[in-house]
Amino acid sequence: MKALIPIVLIVAVLLGVQLIVSFERPPVDTVQQGFRGTGMEENINPRTEAKLVEANQAPDSYGPTEPGGPKASEIYENVEVLGDLTEDEFTALMISITAWVSPDQSCAYCHNVENMASEEVYAKQVARRMLQMTKTINSQWKDHVADTGVNCYTCHRGNPIPQQAWFLESGPAESAGGFNASRQGQNVATERAGYTSLPYTALEQLLVEDGNIRVQSASALPIAGQPGVGLQATESTYSLMMHMSDSLGQNCTFCHNTRALGNWEQSNPVRTKAWHGIQMARDINNTFVLPLQPLLPEAHLGPQGDIGKVSCNTCHQGVSKPLYGAPMLTDHPTLGVASD
Amino acid sequence: MSMLNFEKKYRVRGGTLIGGDLFDFWVGPFYVGFFGVTTAFFAGLGTVLILYGASQGGTWNPWQINIAPPDLSYGLGFAPLMEGGLWQIVTICAIGSFISWALREVEICRKLGMGLHVPIAFAFAIGAYITLVVVRPLLLGAWGHGFPYGILSHLDWVSNVGYQYLHFHYNPAHMIAVSFFFTTALALALHGALILSSVNPKEGETVRTAEHENSFFRDSIGYSIGTLGIHRLGLFLALAAVFFSAVCIVISGPLWTRGWPEWWNWWLSLPFWS
Repeated sequence: MKALIPIVLIVAVLLGVQLIVSFERPPVDTVQQGFRGTGMEENINPRTEAKLVEANQAPDSYGPTEPGGPKASEIYENVEVLGDLTEDEFTALMISITAWVSPDQSCAYCHNVENMASEEVYAKQVARRMLQMTKTINSQWKDHVADTGVNCYTCHRGNPIPQQAWFLESGPAESAGGFNASRQGQNVATERAGYTSLPYTALEQLLVEDGNIRVQSASALPIAGQPGVGLQATESTYSLMMHMSDSLGQNCTFCHNTRALGNWEQSNPVRTKAWHGIQMARDINNTFVLPLQPLLPEAHLGPQGDIGKVSCNTCHQGVSKPLYGAPMLTDHPTLGVASD
Repeated sequence: MSMLNFEKKYRVRGGTLIGGDLFDFWVGPFYVGFFGVTTAFFAGLGTVLILYGASQGGTWNPWQINIAPPDLSYGLGFAPLMEGGLWQIVTICAIGSFISWALREVEICRKLGMGLHVPIAFAFAIGAYITLVVVRPLLLGAWGHGFPYGILSHLDWVSNVGYQYLHFHYNPAHMIAVSFFFTTALALALHGALILSSVNPKEGETVRTAEHENSFFRDSIGYSIGTLGIHRLGLFLALAAVFFSAVCIVISGPLWTRGWPEWWNWWLSLPFWS
């Protein structure tokens, strides 16, 4: 027995140290989001926030190009989306796209540099579709992106595949048989479900498929003919909310007064932005991203063979306004105009 | 109010902490003392101020009356009366009356030559309240972090503060506190049932004794904590529940700003499997 005492002591000390370093330290900053005393507040660790600011800087802006000069479509062949730009504007945008998306791979990531008009590199077709997507976001989804807008850098941040694109989970290795053989898509500590036991399949259910985002029944008791809200729908909703919270670096009270989570009158106005964002993510995934899947080489697909899709985190990356709200359309206003 | 014939024996002078003989008397069954007077003063003033706040708040619906703390922008300073200043004064009154009541209990204990277990136990409850409305606001830098005084409004505050950390059930101290609350209820239920079972034998038989009670638990679970021990255990469980409740709220914010589920990542990053 006596020999055990030092071992127990060492383990206790190690655990104690682990416990202490697992916390953050004061002082912390707080932001009030609702009427005083409602407890609607944001907690910010200024040390973490400083790192976040550093990681979310917008690229340098050079200002819009001087107008005038011949059109790109008159000079270059096979310019489908950007043909209305002047040659200067067109070249400036091509240089920017290279810096935003493929700084290491340069023009050759999309183009056959021997023949820039050629379609033989698949990435060029993807890029064209992405330009149409960007134009659609900036012109059709102003309810979410306002006049700040988005450009390639909002998601790509210098990577050909945005680092915050998401793939279907491969699922954990099967470790048990019988009743325990399937995890039912939950009970794994993943970032996607905010490290809770909630299902990690919410993104495909709610940001790709048109699933209902519902937590609360509208009545205390079930009403005949009006089915209530099931447990699974509730859990998926909470899982998506965890993802949104994680993506925006905000807690639930940023949008909701949790006394009535679903009630719009009691919510913060910014919740409407989030609602449009959910619709926008579904539109982007279904209209633009998923149709590109057959084009991509296998190396760029996920473990289940699916293309990287967008979620809130793809743009936001831990910040409530991506890149702290830096305007993204000043250099290339054409990205804000709807494509034909 | 008439006194039972033996009560007078226990009404002894002295034992006061302050004021000497000045308030050393009883009103009906109640001992007064200096701290009885301060309790009445603070409790009365606080209640009047809450009623005044209610009169200015637009509703007399008791569920909806709300005395809210100041905006965070006032920091640790005083706020105008109708913008949280009232909450600040009511808080002072509440703390004044709670501590007065505890000290009055101390005086009564001293008169009776008893230990101070009751006032010390009450001090844990006061400590939890002070943690909520003083210590945590001090650590976060604004009185506005206190909870509002109102039946529904304070529940809304609890809900929102929980959701500030995404899922409060993942708060480790909250887990411990909840476990102690449940265990307190379990211990009290077992103890109450045991005592009642031993003093309620079949008709015509004699009341059972402490040895029967001990035997019941020795027979069923192999151990009996004993007649004194069960009360030590009960007090410990109840005070631990209150203590960890205070811990779970004071670490939320000052020592952790993110979702509580994420805190557990220290476990995932232990060197054994990461």
